[in-house]
Amino acid sequence: MKTMYPDEKGRYGNFGGKFVPETLMYALEELEEALDEAMQDPAFVDEYHRTLREYAGRPTALTYAERITKHFGGASIYLKREDLLHTGAHKLNNAIGQALLAGRMGKKKIVAETGAGQHGVATATVCAAMGLECKVFMGEEDTRRQELNVFRMELLGAEVVPVTSGSKTLKDATNEAIRYWVANVEDTFYLIGSVVGPHPYPRMVRDFQRIIGDETKEQMAEKTGKLPDAVAACVGGGSNAIGMFHPFLEDDVKLFGAEAAGEGTHTEKHAATINKGTKGVIHGSLTYLIQDENGQIIEPYSISAGLDYPGIGPEHAHLAESGRVTYTGVTDKEALDALTLLTKKEGILPAVETAHALHLAFQQAAEMSKEQTIVICLSGRGDKDVHSIKEFMEREA
Amino acid sequence: MSGNNVQKAAERAHYPLFIPFIMAGDPDQETTVDLALKLEEAGAHILELGIPYSDPLADGPLLQRSASRALQSGMSLRRALELIPVMRERGLTIPVIAFTYYNPVLQMGEQHFFDQIKENGGDGALIPDLPYEESRDIHRLAGERGLVNISLAAPTSGNRIEKIAAEAEGFLYCVSSLGVTGTRDNFPPEAYSFIEKVKRNSSVPVAAGFGISNPSQVKSLEGVCDGVIVGSAIMKKVEENLERLQNPEEKSSALDAVKSFVSSLISS
Ligand SMILES: Cc1ncc(COP(=O)(O)O)c(C=O)c1O
Repeated sequence: MKTMYPDEKGRYGNFGGKFVPETLMYALEELEEALDEAMQDPAFVDEYHRTLREYAGRPTALTYAERITKHFGGASIYLKREDLLHTGAHKLNNAIGQALLAGRMGKKKIVAETGAGQHGVATATVCAAMGLECKVFMGEEDTRRQELNVFRMELLGAEVVPVTSGSKTLKDATNEAIRYWVANVEDTFYLIGSVVGPHPYPRMVRDFQRIIGDETKEQMAEKTGKLPDAVAACVGGGSNAIGMFHPFLEDDVKLFGAEAAGEGTHTEKHAATINKGTKGVIHGSLTYLIQDENGQIIEPYSISAGLDYPGIGPEHAHLAESGRVTYTGVTDKEALDALTLLTKKEGILPAVETAHALHLAFQQAAEMSKEQTIVICLSGRGDKDVHSIKEFMEREA
Repeated sequence: MSGNNVQKAAERAHYPLFIPFIMAGDPDQETTVDLALKLEEAGAHILELGIPYSDPLADGPLLQRSASRALQSGMSLRRALELIPVMRERGLTIPVIAFTYYNPVLQMGEQHFFDQIKENGGDGALIPDLPYEESRDIHRLAGERGLVNISLAAPTSGNRIEKIAAEAEGFLYCVSSLGVTGTRDNFPPEAYSFIEKVKRNSSVPVAAGFGISNPSQVKSLEGVCDGVIVGSAIMKKVEENLERLQNPEEKSSALDAVKSFVSSLISS
């Protein structure tokens, strides 16, 4: 019964909902109707799964990380390899689902926001593959930090619009994408990149990402004959984490979310939304967010552009409040140490976002017994981050 | 229903019921008070006092810039509401509505927010990112204090219009075009039939807003609805006169420039 949410108002316990200008209400109602209808239609569900299989490369592997397991001497560590998905991160699962839905709704224009560029690349990719027009809003600051991804999106035929309002990062790119959508709502589909935004977005993105957890459950049963004892994922907006967690919510499995603690939660430079945030509304959803006492949103900080978001998906806010999932802050330094270790021991270079989950999971594994297992959602590969990893290491040295 | 000041003022007005929006604290508190008085002198019937917000989803670049200047000057929801008694002391008589995004209201506490409006001599609120499904409590809290919560209808509202109109109090804000706030030279032709539809469904006066910036637009709405809401066009005048508004020697003529622009809209 616990997962009988969201309710008809899009609430997850005390969180979620639709806090948007009236202009968008009709579009959200239309989206919800089309989504419910599509999810009931076996032809749509088949096409989604076929595209994941034949285009994106699902199922992704589940790798037993033997050398890392030995290194910590505790629980057996498994990696769910979303880094092996086409375009290099879990973001494509969701982009495929939403783009298919847009096509079904007869909308040929797609608008999206992106921070690090991973969701922008995933969106530009499916738009190229499906012949849709694609416009991606990206903070001007991020277009500089992630120059290569900008070029990648442009190669794929997308228009990248640098956003100069506010702090010129992901939060502002999201504002601008929503503003654009308000003005073009009649022929444009807003393809959001995480389990954030107004209802039904958090539910839709979760349902397009839960394939991660569904496959993990099956693969663990094949490999070990049972459920894992624990599962860990990093949390920006929260899409890879909810995709991994959701199928396990009602099982006896410990769930760990790693949020970005930047330079430490005792400093002002972090993105630890659940641990340091307070209740409020951001991008149409009631959730935890980083804000001042007057309700003005504060720009977060993390070395990883993908976790650098002042809010968090409303379902995570609910799971934190109910205590079902434990969310812990992981600093830049802890994440990069874990990243280096995985790369050296397993020959897998993870994204810096993912590295936050690695640190948390390694700590847990070390305290667990040898008979136990823990699965980490390896949400993406780290090729995009090589430059910032190098900079960080040179600064630390 | 019309026990509240906002509706009384709206019902009394001859076309155009004129509702200006100004951003509290842009460029500073004193200018906001001066502008409020000038607007009443020019013939405004109701004042929308804008509260600056870091992430104004429904606003275009002009009001975004205005909000950042205001935040820079130290403006907050609490401080903005405290400007109302200063305006009243200096003779402002028209009703004042606080225009604010929902998040600052949540941080202040919804009940406290309406208590503060009441105590400071304000008359209601308008929260653009709170659709009617989420505004039941807000309507009640306003009503209990003799205040109003203004509802909005948009061109995409479709069959929501009837439900929205049924709850409307004070006046009904008709968003004339899709998109964010900003100045537009003219409306799409379908705007008129939409506004007429809202008017037919509404038992309170209907005012159209979003994009109104010149006298011919105001004129074209006569007979279609009861009045207009003008924000970006006024704050554009403020932006053009920023330095003069902050220079004691030129301030009065800068304020008059804003006033004469507004007068030209009202007398159109
Ligand atoms: C590899 C990777 N992991 C995680 C994230 C964080 O997003 P979410 O929390 O929605 O999974 C991102 C976002 O860009 C990402 O690229």
